[in-house]
Amino acid sequence: MDRNFKQQLMAYMAGNFTCKEIAGLVTDYLEGSLTVPKRLRFQMHLGLCFACRNYLSQMKYTVTTLRQLPSEPIPPQIKSELLRRFQAWKKGQSS
Amino acid sequence: MSLYMGPWPFGLFFGMTAPTLQETIHLDEAGLVQALQRGDEAVFSAVMDWYAGSLLRLAMAYVPSRAVAEEVVQETWMGVLEGLGRFEGRSSFKTWLFRILTNRAKTRGTRERRYEPLGLAGQDSDGEEGPSLEDSLFVTEGSGKGHWIDPPQGWEPDTPERALLSKECRTAIEEAIQGLPGNQRQVITLRDVEGASSEEICNILDISETNQRVLLHRARTKVRHVLEPYVRGGNM
Repeated sequence: MDRNFKQQLMAYMAGNFTCKEIAGLVTDYLEGSLTVPKRLRFQMHLGLCFACRNYLSQMKYTVTTLRQLPSEPIPPQIKSELLRRFQAWKKGQSS
Repeated sequence: MSLYMGPWPFGLFFGMTAPTLQETIHLDEAGLVQALQRGDEAVFSAVMDWYAGSLLRLAMAYVPSRAVAEEVVQETWMGVLEGLGRFEGRSSFKTWLFRILTNRAKTRGTRERRYEPLGLAGQDSDGEEGPSLEDSLFVTEGSGKGHWIDPPQGWEPDTPERALLSKECRTAIEEAIQGLPGNQRQVITLRDVEGASSEEICNILDISETNQRVLLHRARTKVRHVLEPYVRGGNM
């Protein structure tokens, strides 16, 4: 392939998305829902754009952080009440 | 770990151990439902513990206060007991459970709002009026149109666990989630905090996959913005 053509193609594909568009597509990219051509153009832009690469890793960081939020246990008085109901329910089932 | 995949009593020959409660909850849907229908209290208790945090969080995405959310969770488990005998496994247990919760929480949310018309007005709307947060990050006119005003920096290379150690940061994230419009809050809670699959979320919330991604995107963008000051590189 002609080298000049290759460069033009790269510039065309990478330049096709602005940084703003990349930011708008970050979630679709992470969720794996971009079409293959769009995905390629997305990755092409990332390859050339440091800021967008940082933005993507910030988004990943955000998702990982959210996943690590601690969850709270069920309050003991509610739990014992529910267990009592479960026993009552069990009795009702068997009788 | 053994490669034998048959029923476990025979697997004892092959070094297989009895399934733990955790394994039952995750790997053996049919077994789980049967155990509950049989009235196995240990399993019921384990399932309650396992889903407690997720249910409470999701309930908080519908109702104004924690106390009400706790009541909704309680009502959900009673709903489980009512429906358990008839449960046929047409959806997964998890989806069924979360759907009971969302139904109760919606009813409750509407009722609470009727009494507090000012508090949560517009909770069901997208809450996206005017330019979005994302738009404000970019140059809007001139030759640099569509470029970053302030190009994103690398965040400190530490793991997110480190960031979460700061209680302040955790509170900020929790507050950011609570401050999101209702449907964004529901989606980000299920997808990112609880790690549900997008298919599960569409079933639980009755929304399309596209809609789900749009809501998720808006919610993540806002949470990222809140997180930023806590994790920006050490060179600041």
